Amino acid sequence: MKHKAKLLESDDLKRTLQRFAHQFIEPFDDPKPIGIIGMQTRGIFIAKRVAAYIKEFYGIDVPVGVLDVTFYRDDFRSKMKLPTVQVTEIPFDIYGKHLILVDDVLYTGRTVRSAMEAIMSFGRPSSIKFCCLVDRGHRELPIYADYVGVKIPTHTNEEIRVFLKELDSEDAVYLVNREDE
Amino acid sequence: MNTEYQFQHKHLLGLADYSTADIQHVLDQALHFREILDRPVPKIPTLRDKTIVNLFYENSTRTRISFELAQRRMGADVVNFAASNSSAKKGESLRDTIQNIESMKIDMVVVRHQSPGVPHYLTRCVDAHIINAGDGAHEHPTQALLDMFTMRQYYGRIQGLKVAIIGDIRHSRVVRSNIIGLKKMGAEITVCGPKTMIPLTAKELGVEVSYNLEETLAWADVAMALRIQLERMEHSLFPSLREYHDQFGIKREHLDKYPNFMIMHPGPINRGVEMEGDVADSERAVILDQVTNGVAVRMAVLYLVAGGLRV
Repeated sequence: MKHKAKLLESDDLKRTLQRFAHQFIEPFDDPKPIGIIGMQTRGIFIAKRVAAYIKEFYGIDVPVGVLDVTFYRDDFRSKMKLPTVQVTEIPFDIYGKHLILVDDVLYTGRTVRSAMEAIMSFGRPSSIKFCCLVDRGHRELPIYADYVGVKIPTHTNEEIRVFLKELDSEDAVYLVNREDE
Repeated sequence: MNTEYQFQHKHLLGLADYSTADIQHVLDQALHFREILDRPVPKIPTLRDKTIVNLFYENSTRTRISFELAQRRMGADVVNFAASNSSAKKGESLRDTIQNIESMKIDMVVVRHQSPGVPHYLTRCVDAHIINAGDGAHEHPTQALLDMFTMRQYYGRIQGLKVAIIGDIRHSRVVRSNIIGLKKMGAEITVCGPKTMIPLTAKELGVEVSYNLEETLAWADVAMALRIQLERMEHSLFPSLREYHDQFGIKREHLDKYPNFMIMHPGPINRGVEMEGDVADSERAVILDQVTNGVAVRMAVLYLVAGGLRV
């Protein structure tokens, strides 16, 4: 794969996730009634890392859940391949919690919409905020991110590739051309 | 997970048409649907643009309710057709019935019929997805899938499991689908029952045959008792229900004597025939888990079939 540009180095990524840790905690008095929900696939690892930083900086255990939104997608029949359903596991009661949804890239906003619908089937959180590592623009729904790593205007024929050590060889974010695949 | 794998079936007519990878995929996906059933709101909108007709020419409570729940939990529109109070009674042919129903814009048909091959026949009459909910003594694929799902839930695997299927092997579509599926998944199978209820050709299916319940239970990890289907018996195949129970019914004492096997039954149970009531209620019986899992497995099948192959 040819990379057009490297947008975030490993160190940038680390600083961004540490910033998220502070930002997630900032609005709340103790005890912190928050929960983090990582979205399949890379959102999970971002969520877990941010939770680990919160533990490191503040000594607080923030519960982390995993969400797969396949069932709630509005495009699942328009894709050529049927998406494989992945794990959803929310191991805490979301009732009354301030939830932060975490994903790697914010694009059309449709996945976030699906995620909000999915969350509601687990109960009624006090609020939901959204956090993404990269906001690449091109929204198709009235959705914005409360916490953004970097904002990068892109062309529709470009793609953002987030690499995380848990799944990939390195920590980095790249901009690539779709034709390069 | 194999990223190359892609589910490709437009229908579920029988497990004979499904590969090991297909069965594995259905069971894996069913796990995620099982999780939905435990949510406070056990409902997803995935099939809300689909209309499904449940076409039942034969009586069924469990299977029909299970399919209907699976469909409603996924947001589909559901129409139920029971032959007992329908145009079939007025002499309409199956082909006319199905084509009339399809004209009302149906996407999927779940069919149960007393004649083997009806689901296959329907695929030639209409464009809709067809799911076999039992055709004569041929196949009952979703039952076998939910049985395998339940075995895997209990033991964590199917490969190498010793599965005993006890009862009326000859008339059972459940047993046919289970043998086909379990063999593909690498289980060992012994069928056990009165000689009159086991076809002479049973061994050709690649299973062991036993006429001795004690030996079979001593060997088994799973004891699946089949319902004695009085309505499907043209001749009397054993002297009396009591004698059947004496020889082939699973009893309390078997549980103590053979501490290994878990107990399954596709339902409905004839207590005191296939097994004693105590056995059905014991901790080693997963009969009610089978029922819960049935909904999840059927949701997975509906999801995969509806999206598997673009029409």
